[in-house]
Amino acid sequence: MRQILRRPTLLAGLIITALLVFIALLSLVWTPFAPTKMQIVHKLKPPLAHGLLGTDQFGRDMASMLMVGAWNSLSTSFLAVAIGATLGTLVGVTVAAIRGLTETVVMRACDIIFSIPPILSAMLFGAFIGAGRFTAIIAIAVFMVPVFARVTLSAARQIWTRDYVMAAVSMGRNRAKITYVHVLPNITNQILVQVTIQLGLAILTEAGLSFLGLGMPPPTPTWGRMLSDSQTFMGQAPWLALLPGSAIALAVLGLNMLGDGLRDLLDPRDNV
Amino acid sequence: MSRLTLSTSTGFSRRTFVVLSLAAGVALGALGSAQAAPKTSLSLGMSVEPSGLDPTAAAPVAIGQVTWQNIFEGLTTIDKDGKVQPQLAESWVISPDGLNYTFKLRQGVTFHNGEVFDSAVAKFSIDRARASDSVNPQKRYFASVDSVETPDAATLVVKLKSLTGNFLYWLGWPSSVMVAPKSAADNKTNPIGTGPFKFVSWAKGSQVELAKNPDYWDKAGTAKLEKVTFRFIADAQAQAAALKSGDLDAFPEFAAPELMASFEGDSKLTTVIGNTELKVVAGMNNAKKPFDDKRVRQALMMAVDRQALIDGAWSGFGTAIGSHYTPNDRGFVDLTKTYPYDPEKARKLLAEAGFASGLSFTIKAPQMAYAQRSSQMLQAMFADVGVTLNIETTEFPAKWVADVFKGGNYDMTIVAHAEPMDIDIYARDPYYFNYKNPAFNEVLKKVDATADASEQAKLYGEAQKILAEDVPALYLFVMPKLGVWNKNLKGLWENEPIPSNVLAQVEWSQ
Repeated sequence: MRQILRRPTLLAGLIITALLVFIALLSLVWTPFAPTKMQIVHKLKPPLAHGLLGTDQFGRDMASMLMVGAWNSLSTSFLAVAIGATLGTLVGVTVAAIRGLTETVVMRACDIIFSIPPILSAMLFGAFIGAGRFTAIIAIAVFMVPVFARVTLSAARQIWTRDYVMAAVSMGRNRAKITYVHVLPNITNQILVQVTIQLGLAILTEAGLSFLGLGMPPPTPTWGRMLSDSQTFMGQAPWLALLPGSAIALAVLGLNMLGDGLRDLLDPRDNV
Repeated sequence: MSRLTLSTSTGFSRRTFVVLSLAAGVALGALGSAQAAPKTSLSLGMSVEPSGLDPTAAAPVAIGQVTWQNIFEGLTTIDKDGKVQPQLAESWVISPDGLNYTFKLRQGVTFHNGEVFDSAVAKFSIDRARASDSVNPQKRYFASVDSVETPDAATLVVKLKSLTGNFLYWLGWPSSVMVAPKSAADNKTNPIGTGPFKFVSWAKGSQVELAKNPDYWDKAGTAKLEKVTFRFIADAQAQAAALKSGDLDAFPEFAAPELMASFEGDSKLTTVIGNTELKVVAGMNNAKKPFDDKRVRQALMMAVDRQALIDGAWSGFGTAIGSHYTPNDRGFVDLTKTYPYDPEKARKLLAEAGFASGLSFTIKAPQMAYAQRSSQMLQAMFADVGVTLNIETTEFPAKWVADVFKGGNYDMTIVAHAEPMDIDIYARDPYYFNYKNPAFNEVLKKVDATADASEQAKLYGEAQKILAEDVPALYLFVMPKLGVWNKNLKGLWENEPIPSNVLAQVEWSQ
């Protein structure tokens, strides 16, 4: 605990992220207004004039929309990163255990996926299966896989050179068993740090997809679509753009700070 | 060493700065003196780029908005009040039975490529439009033509198979313009007409340039501008920025009503709200369950608060309609009270139709702002009566035309119908609404059978009432024409009886 308090970056990241997760969870049970309720008579009211954060062009409550948007954004990103991290780690440790030609082939395949921008692959998915939460999750997860595969591979390779692992190998232990008993527990920290950093990226990508109309369809509020809808109202009602924009920035900032802080905290070299 | 280099470079840049500012001063001075005389060029913005420049070959209204009355002209024309006026036909005589039209053609008219306009050219144009392989977007309007004869070079006789009350009106449309036999095939990319402007160039994705036609047949109607540039800008923010910076002189159909207020107080620009024929209509697939039940359609109509929809989707700019007809069409009847907003009644009617526990379907909404926002409003309003509306965004025009318009693969859709007086689309078979009502078709047949204007107006009133009662589509609102242009610009049409930008009489007052 004292470790955490001594690191302001980590602490700030932790607080921001916790706050967002709390708001997202809260939106499931309570929002000030129904986020899809349109009240044309109250449209484009500035913050505090109607509701805490004002209303949009349809008279919907911005605060409620942002809260539900937080849930949609976070849940999509968490799910996508969870899928990407699981698959990527699996690929990484497997390749690290096998090495040889498999490693070359798999890593080059990762390079290929890497070279396609996530937005582009998401548009491709969108064209095939239609826009929606599923599309967004798959699109983000797909480009997460090579990231995690790469990180786990390099971390796992180091573990494989350790004496105790070599000892286990020479004793004829199964490579799958070694991976499970020795390799995985020793690289969890790196994966955890990577997960936090990738979450920020996932939120940004999810917002980008929603902005382009490839995220969840209306009336589900998403930060990206709120931002995209606000474009032509910018002069009249700047809060329509500033609020979701700040929400996205804050979420990414919080997760990145958390990731950086965690890396410093968990990096064994720093503790020496 | 490095310090030396640095000081030299500073000296150099300072000198460059002086030279540059001198040059700028000279340039500014030149600009100032050029502005003293009235400008003779116009830079006009449009949201949509036309797919080609031949209005007789494809339907998009953007084609006519660039070419009609500027490059191409017709036997008749439609003036800014929506009335039919003679153009390349000086006058005409209609036989007592209403089937023979004898046109006296204007003499001394030549096309931009030098070809002479005479009865043979007029016959060529009409025959081309009605040929079996014709791709004319309004081909059905020529279906009643039986034969075209040319007794002499200045006379054209058109014989009709059946009475067509609106024949002269349709001849004024962009799709009925006169084309030269030699150049007709290339009009898509190099349009040649008889109009006051000549085509100069088309930079795809950016602009079309026209220049004054000095040899125009009507000396009084010669273009007052030397040069016109149509620029295509899809993004509303960019449109507003281009207008405010003076990059564009006019945007006759500005795309974002919510930005109109931002032009207030601008010393250069004026905003003009005019009326149009753009009817925003949420069409339903009348052949498909549950829309084959009239009660469902009527209930959905009653679930819609039109005024709220106009306020939310189009910043309050717009007029509610109760049928497929606009207040500036002849014989208009206000039918918004036939099924006024009444969610209680809507719910009851839905229950009566067997949907007491609700109903769920999908709207295929094109990407345009009005369609997207209206769909979201409909979604919220339908939710109040227990109807779940899913919104599926579709690309307009290509995908929409393939899926909805031609494919008929949809529940509900929303689009603005741009053609004036197009109530007859509900009598067409096939048409994407799949609406079939013999009584309605009968009324429209009677319209064609009479040339008497007041009788026609009465019949159009009947037709409107049938649609308002049957609700084959949800009639929402007429979009206004949001014009933004330079205060010194005179002669642009305020209203839009037909989608167009008629520029011959446009000029700068100073």
